[in-house]
Amino acid sequence: MKITFLLNGETVELAEADPTATLLDWLREDRGLTGTKEGCNEGDCGACTVSVSDGDGTRAMNACILFLPQLHGKAVRTVEGLGGTHPAQQAMVDHHGSQCGFCTPGFVMSMVAAHAEGATDHDTQLAGNLCRCTGYAPIIRAARAVEDAPKPDWLATDRAFISPEILRGEAAGRGAEPPSAPTSSNELAALYEAHPDATLVAGATDVGLWVTKQLRDLPKVIFLSGCADLNRIEITDSHVRLGAMVDMNRMRDTVAPLHPSYGEMIRRYASVQVRNAATVGGNIANGSPIGDNPPALIALGATLHLRKGDARRDLPLEEFFLDYGKQDRAPGEFVEAVSFPRQPDRLKCYKLSKRFDQDISAVLGCFNITVEGGTVTAARIAFGGMAGIPKRARAVEAALIGQPWTQETVTAALPAFEADFTPMSDMRASALYRMETAKALLSRYFAEDQGHMANVLEVRA
Amino acid sequence: MSVTRPLPHDAAPLHVAGSARYVDDIPTPRDTLHLAFGLSSIAKGRITAMDLDAVRKAPGVVLVMTADDLPFANDVSPSVHDEPFLSDGSVNYVGQPVFLVVATSHLAARKAARLGRIDYAEEEAILTIEQALAADSRFEEGPRIYEKGDAEAAIAAAAHVIEGSFELGGQEHFYLEGQAALALPGEGGDMLVHSSTQHPTEIQHKVAEALGVPMHAVRVETRRMGGGFGGKESQGNALAVACALAARATGRACKMRYDRDDDMVITGKRHAFRIAYRAGFNADGRITGVSFLHHVICGWAQDLSLPVADRAMLHADNAYRLLNARIESHRLKTNTQSATAYRGFGGPQGMVGIERVMDHIAHELGMDPVELRKRNYYTSRDALPRRKTDNTTPYGQLVEDFELHEMTEALLVSSDYAARKAAVAAWNAANPIVKRGIAFSPVKFGISFTLTHLNQAGALVHVYQDGSVHLNHGGTEMGQGLFQKVAQVAASRFGIPLEMVKITATDTAKVPNTSATAASSGSDLNGMAVKAACDTIRDRMAAFLAERHQADVASVRFADGMVEVGAARYSFAEAAAQSYQGRVSLSATGFYKTPKIEWDRIQGRGRPFYYFAYGAAVTEVAVDTLTGENRILRTDILHDAGASLNPALDIGQVEGGYVQGAGWLTTEELVWDERGRLRTHAPSTYKIPACSDRPEVFKVTLWDGQNREETIYRSKAVGEPPFMLGISAWLALSDAVASCGSAYPALNAPATAEEVWKGIRRLRDGI
Repeated sequence: MKITFLLNGETVELAEADPTATLLDWLREDRGLTGTKEGCNEGDCGACTVSVSDGDGTRAMNACILFLPQLHGKAVRTVEGLGGTHPAQQAMVDHHGSQCGFCTPGFVMSMVAAHAEGATDHDTQLAGNLCRCTGYAPIIRAARAVEDAPKPDWLATDRAFISPEILRGEAAGRGAEPPSAPTSSNELAALYEAHPDATLVAGATDVGLWVTKQLRDLPKVIFLSGCADLNRIEITDSHVRLGAMVDMNRMRDTVAPLHPSYGEMIRRYASVQVRNAATVGGNIANGSPIGDNPPALIALGATLHLRKGDARRDLPLEEFFLDYGKQDRAPGEFVEAVSFPRQPDRLKCYKLSKRFDQDISAVLGCFNITVEGGTVTAARIAFGGMAGIPKRARAVEAALIGQPWTQETVTAALPAFEADFTPMSDMRASALYRMETAKALLSRYFAEDQGHMANVLEVRA
Repeated sequence: MSVTRPLPHDAAPLHVAGSARYVDDIPTPRDTLHLAFGLSSIAKGRITAMDLDAVRKAPGVVLVMTADDLPFANDVSPSVHDEPFLSDGSVNYVGQPVFLVVATSHLAARKAARLGRIDYAEEEAILTIEQALAADSRFEEGPRIYEKGDAEAAIAAAAHVIEGSFELGGQEHFYLEGQAALALPGEGGDMLVHSSTQHPTEIQHKVAEALGVPMHAVRVETRRMGGGFGGKESQGNALAVACALAARATGRACKMRYDRDDDMVITGKRHAFRIAYRAGFNADGRITGVSFLHHVICGWAQDLSLPVADRAMLHADNAYRLLNARIESHRLKTNTQSATAYRGFGGPQGMVGIERVMDHIAHELGMDPVELRKRNYYTSRDALPRRKTDNTTPYGQLVEDFELHEMTEALLVSSDYAARKAAVAAWNAANPIVKRGIAFSPVKFGISFTLTHLNQAGALVHVYQDGSVHLNHGGTEMGQGLFQKVAQVAASRFGIPLEMVKITATDTAKVPNTSATAASSGSDLNGMAVKAACDTIRDRMAAFLAERHQADVASVRFADGMVEVGAARYSFAEAAAQSYQGRVSLSATGFYKTPKIEWDRIQGRGRPFYYFAYGAAVTEVAVDTLTGENRILRTDILHDAGASLNPALDIGQVEGGYVQGAGWLTTEELVWDERGRLRTHAPSTYKIPACSDRPEVFKVTLWDGQNREETIYRSKAVGEPPFMLGISAWLALSDAVASCGSAYPALNAPATAEEVWKGIRRLRDGI
């Protein structure tokens, strides 16, 4: 594929980019830019972090699971492109933020991207960067030290970059045969209908691992990043509608004011780098039983909008997930958007994992329980990690609806979890722990609703 | 003087610019080949057939090697030649290298490596302690036992007795830079190997064996590692041997780096233990007798398991005077990765055992756990008991430098322990769901290799005629700041600015026969060796200048970049130039061997350690009793680095060591399935601490003291000891769980959310 992007201020045109070559391999092997490191090759350690800018801003991303075509029209900056003059670099030296130094370029680039956006929630901004030496304290000191430092000169250039093709009115990468990068959902619909065996690549946070870990060849890929109309968010009085290509950080920004607990759950969903790539549509379409977003959306009563060619259909999100690895999606059909109704906030999303930040859930429980006049009038409860699919707890809901909102009702509803779920044991948790803590999360919802402190993350030293 | 200054890591400006080179960053010839191993898929059995046709035909493949293709030794063991480089037909764990693929790219090699078809005659694998004991599958003929006094009699006569048993999991090193090596063939069969290793001499040794050449034909260079933590003491052997063999066979440069999943599946980790204990004690909390039973999961090959298990026994006392103690250690051979060195080298496991006993006794007596610990501490030097054997360890070493009485008092004050303990109790009384816990734990860690001959180091120092200094020694840089500390020593000896000292890569051709950079010994050993080399040159320069100026040689001063000889003053550069013109040798080697140590590991008697390093920590945690989720709120640490060579680097070791130690005991859980497959083989499933897991309030102070022994500038080793301060986090979790009922929490480690939840359930519901 022909692609163009800005690398450290220099325009790069690749006439024949391998569509599933990762940015990391290309930087290190083709360009000799070895400052960007490979730590895990799956987007979990952040050693390969680069900053990617466009008109919407500057984002930290994992180069190890970023395919070159995803960068088309964007500006990439690696640690070498800082020229050694970024204030974050000197601060890391001054505060002893590096020991072995291998994670350091990744930390620096995360700090650079956060600094560019004025973000100062450092624990969150750096949750996707692992360091095994320092214990993080000096790195946070460095990040704090540069909060008010001036922005680097190159930032404006990177953000203003417009690819020569776009200036010439060409849309590179378009074509009737994959690999291809359509620029609208209409083009995508036609292309995918003609090539239903193609792999759709949105953020590549999952597909990337098919290549880097499963070593699969993907002969036919369609990149969605050019489909601007799939990137829309609509908020009306009655609904919120998110296009399939909305990334998880924009999703977080959208839902956090409406449902703070949901926003906090997305804060803990993967890392900044992964959320900058991962999309709402991809997270649904891959059908993972441990994807964190579907249970929350199901609890909110979300509707999935699917499209195949010119045909569109809607279905309740929970009905999309048929069985483990099996979704109600026809060949050539793709997720166009998801929407959920506005409601007063009664949603709580509880994520249980071995580590708070950047971990895959053992159990994710989402509770949306409406109480009127002391009685439960509606309940939508959905879980991840408890079945082969994201699944509603219909028996639990039934045990609550119509009952007085009391501890007795909650206690009486707990056995219903066993009618809804038969969880499994794996490296994240035992079946017993999953079942019993799923119940405990309903108790937590009730306790919090009664004003009790029940969140260990809210305790201060 | 350069020493004692809190200077940044020497490579920090390179780290932040991305220009610090690791093995995989070294520019290589265009035709460099890349390697990957084909791995076994079963835990135990024999290979009955191997079809590698598809591997050989895969795109980019240049060469495929099996054990049959090896010209000389098929062994990468660092100890007893029991670790075939490629399977010799027997398979001993899932992930064992069976064949080697040499290809034109890293990806091509990895892809081809998965195409091998191997048939096995599978045998029943030994995966658990019970299976190993039933099969008597072990290293050494039977258990090692170290004893002092009569523990059984003392326990039998004690007023109170507790007993228990717990599981203590292993730990993946998770160095951010995976294992890597690069071999460049030279003329006449010579081989240059760049290796990410803590032990270049061992790499040289194993490569020479594999190539069938003398060690002089192999040169190993290590500029830096992206983290080691013990995981690169022996685990790099296989990659270096692979690269050298392939380079020999093809005549081309060969590079190998493990993909992260391969790295975690192939290489060894910290030893998992089961520790059973019995202790007798008085009503005032004094322990009269204690007995430990260690079951150590060593994996399939011996590697460094014996000294690791020994060191666990040597730390079963930690900071406590045990008049009657018995430690029995079984080193079990299992069909899992061969467990290896990991920061603390068994010491942490041994120490967790006695800290568990202290915690259990305090709970049993309802006594403050700090008070209990203080009552059982060794005696300070100024109050040594008349019978010195009362202050000896269970292995007979007199504790002469005990500092924890004073350190404990200081930390209790600075951490506001008493008031916070009361606040924790008040919180727990008021909050039914989220509980808090607080705990103190001390560290006494023995410094020296227990294999006595390893306690030696060499150095090579050149002074050029412009006064600049080229520094080399046997230690390796893995992030700990060793090179900077040693350069500070060199600059101090010559009285010159640090910028005049060039730090260079560790190189077996410059300093031979080095020990691994391990056992926290890097700056102790290499600092002294460099000091010796510098002093040799300095003395030669002084003698020459003194003679020229008819001055007393003892009056020649090297300070502030100047050399003073009688009334004359030269810049160091001028002094060097004049010495050169006066035909003075400005190059010297230096050598050091640790004094005073002697050790019989079979009898368990002697003085294995030159001295002890001390530390103490107070950790406070919060626990959600509904789910077991937990986090560290605050940590206060007081740590003894002697007269620190570089307080900034030492504090870095303390902060980082604590977080790594706390991670070991909380979120870092290794899980194998019933077929012996490691299920946690990537950061997606194996969870080291992330940024927000560090204590929100984290106060680290260095104890203001100096080493009683004559170490380099009276400093103390600091690489491993702080790791064990993380034990306080595990004990704080136990304290929080204890608030949920009356029974003792009896947590296993790691105390994941699930493990904490199980403890709460036992206390609350009796299940």
